[in-house]
Amino acid sequence: MTALTPSAASPSVIDRARAWARARNIPPVYGILVIIFFVSILADLFFGIDNQLFIFNPTILTNILVRSVALGIVAVGQTFVVLGASIDLSVAYMISVTAVGASYLMAGDPNRVWWTVIVLFVVGAVVGLVNGTIITKLKVNPLIATLGVGLILKGLLNASFANFAGSVPISFQAFAYNAIGPLPISVLVLFAVVIAGWFLLRRTRYGAHLYAVGGSEETARLSGLHTDRILTIAHVICSMTAVLTGLFVVSRLRSGAPWVGTDGLYDLESIAATVIGGTALSGGKGGVWGTLAGVLIFSLLDTMFNQIGIDAYMKQILRGAVIILAVGFYTFRSKAEQG
Amino acid sequence: MAENFLTETEHEPIAPPPAPPAAQPVLEVAHIAKQFPGVLALDDVSVAFYPGEVHAVVGENGAGKSTLMKVLAGAIRPDSGELRFDGRPVTFNHPAEAQQAGISIIYQEFNLLPERTVAENIFLGREPHRFGVIDYKQLEADTLAVLERLEAQDLISPTAQLGTLSVAQQQIVEIAKALSFDAKVLIMDEPTAALASQEVAVLTDLVRRLQAGGMAIIYISHRLVEVFDLAQRVTVLKDGQKVTTEMIGDLNMSRIVELMVGRVLSEYFPERARPEDIGEVVLRLRGASNDALHDIDLELRAGEIIGIAGLQGSGRTALAQAIFGVEPFETGTMEFAGRAELFATPSQAIRRRLGYVTEDRKYEGLALKQPINDNILLTLRTLQNKVSRVFRNGTRSDREMALELARRVDVRAPTMEREVRTLSGGNQQKVVLAKWLATDAKLLIFDEPTRGIDVEAKASIHERIRELARAGTAVLMISSELPEVIGMSDRILVMWDGAIIGELPAGASEAEIMHLATGQKEDTKYEIRDTSEERALDS
Repeated sequence: MTALTPSAASPSVIDRARAWARARNIPPVYGILVIIFFVSILADLFFGIDNQLFIFNPTILTNILVRSVALGIVAVGQTFVVLGASIDLSVAYMISVTAVGASYLMAGDPNRVWWTVIVLFVVGAVVGLVNGTIITKLKVNPLIATLGVGLILKGLLNASFANFAGSVPISFQAFAYNAIGPLPISVLVLFAVVIAGWFLLRRTRYGAHLYAVGGSEETARLSGLHTDRILTIAHVICSMTAVLTGLFVVSRLRSGAPWVGTDGLYDLESIAATVIGGTALSGGKGGVWGTLAGVLIFSLLDTMFNQIGIDAYMKQILRGAVIILAVGFYTFRSKAEQG
Repeated sequence: MAENFLTETEHEPIAPPPAPPAAQPVLEVAHIAKQFPGVLALDDVSVAFYPGEVHAVVGENGAGKSTLMKVLAGAIRPDSGELRFDGRPVTFNHPAEAQQAGISIIYQEFNLLPERTVAENIFLGREPHRFGVIDYKQLEADTLAVLERLEAQDLISPTAQLGTLSVAQQQIVEIAKALSFDAKVLIMDEPTAALASQEVAVLTDLVRRLQAGGMAIIYISHRLVEVFDLAQRVTVLKDGQKVTTEMIGDLNMSRIVELMVGRVLSEYFPERARPEDIGEVVLRLRGASNDALHDIDLELRAGEIIGIAGLQGSGRTALAQAIFGVEPFETGTMEFAGRAELFATPSQAIRRRLGYVTEDRKYEGLALKQPINDNILLTLRTLQNKVSRVFRNGTRSDREMALELARRVDVRAPTMEREVRTLSGGNQQKVVLAKWLATDAKLLIFDEPTRGIDVEAKASIHERIRELARAGTAVLMISSELPEVIGMSDRILVMWDGAIIGELPAGASEAEIMHLATGQKEDTKYEIRDTSEERALDS
């Protein structure tokens, strides 16, 4: 309303950093990432073995990135559907299907790698198409629609496989274990997916239209957009990223079992990473760079907890707390900005 | 210039003289009918719209205006009748088709995306691109070109995020969007409902410029002053039927109101408070301040209606929110019902029998998907937050009480189970009123009590507010509509820049209020047309 006297003559370092980030469109979640990074240095100093700074160890840094790959790829897809004001709970089951399907179909034979990969991506696209169609045409709430599709996938999988089935050939494991120079292939794939996601969202008409559908379906419709098609495509993209994550998981495990996706909590964690990254659950706001930061926060925390030897259950509690704190912090901040 | 919907003014066109009416209408409806479950929304309506003309469509809520507009814009298909565009019969299956043809509509609720830029909003769905990749340079250039046509290039940047713009700027973006389709017909639904008076001037200028460019403009407004200011032709609708279409020169304001309501409105505002109605001081503020307000002194007595006038952003709503505990005062004193207190939260205020009818009834005042019943009893249930209350929910006495209250405020609905979102604006506001009536409030604050409400419901709400005052409630009424402030208030306080800049007695003129509201104390005078005198002559 009225002009208030500026609170301080010279802006603080934090204020300046914030202005710098805002001018460059860097999502605020990177602030949290930096904070957690420093916290983990402190944790190293005080609790780490021999007071070593593990965090600056290149092996550990690489490890953090590799840990991020599985969740990161599918979280990019999840970001697409969340931007469209939808959600996808079937990704964890889709990852299981891919992992089991890949090891079963490849059966250790390097010659079968390519067509297996193609078949699985086609299956992923079909699942996405089904999700999207149920949501847009039958008007089923996305939460229920994708949960239902996920349970169907789970049932089909459990009916056919009880345990690890088949295996992927050594050559396929290059995806998870090989590196080009210092950078693991999987990390490069993750960055490629993030950049492709960013390009699609920020540079193409499809991206602009997806933001519009998520922002206000009515506005998008009145502007002549085919809203159903746009959202369905987002679901197809999401399911295909789940397939890619599934391929990474199986190439790491050598063989797929029906529980690898659900045990990895990829459904809920991909949503959590998306939301921590600043994408609004109501749609229309956010992006993949934020999601990447959300995923990195998870990996960084995991690594830190491992370094200082926190037990597995405590880890769950702390993760939960971080999710709540991060999202609460956004709400608080955006309210403060409005006021 | 503030609006005044019941004043008969001599029409002095500040506008360029109306363009000579073209022989051929650009858009025409013939014998249109549309049936909705239970209502015949449009009944054999025929109207022609000419290029270079502002054609106002007026009528009460529920008269069929919005349905007619939706038919024109392709959002609704009529059951029978014909739509002719440029002389040829057309059918639109989707609003986008009408838009491509050159008919654009600006709805009352903006169809814009707050998270996207101005450029992305204007060209949504039509972004210049190469293989699906948006050409942002071209997009910005195109946007700038459209804004230049509106002479708004200095006001709005193509790359600004829409949500950061003011309501008036967003309105201009809406118009720019319509213009970018090379619209021949522009339909505007209550374009000034959310604008402050100086912003209205910007908008009317814009409308005149578009009209001079040969566009046909269909203008829906409850503010008859604007209609007389802008329109060359007026169509009056009532109960789905066309009453008449006439040149504006052949009508005057009271005649239009008569045609709209179907009867002569004799008493526009209820009688003011008599001395014996005025009681104890209910609210006393001394030097009350916070971030948005400074040094507020105020005394409000039982049975009294104080009108708060002022431009948007002058602190009117901040004052209401401070009293009600939304953004409490930080310094100074507040006394309520003889006790010194400062409400820190709305729930404290409600418990002490204070009520606040917000500006935004849809989002703050009502649970839209809940039935009338539950909405009316909502605050009461919060107040009586006891175990015994739980068992009374939904009981017969509860239902009867809600029904009683609904009758008192004259809510018009077939049943009390009707979801509030299906009611007209006027009836929704009456439900809000009933809700506060249920609590026996000692002080009620109204923020824009009749915004976007039709003439008849307005009069009814004014009547209820005065009844409440007569029953001993103290009323603080904030309004942008000066005739309402003047007609309703026993005293008028004018705010400017977060402070109360002056107090005026009942029946002050619009000029006096505007003078204070624009921040000019007693020293300088400036010319303003005094419509209150004309009204006095009128009645």
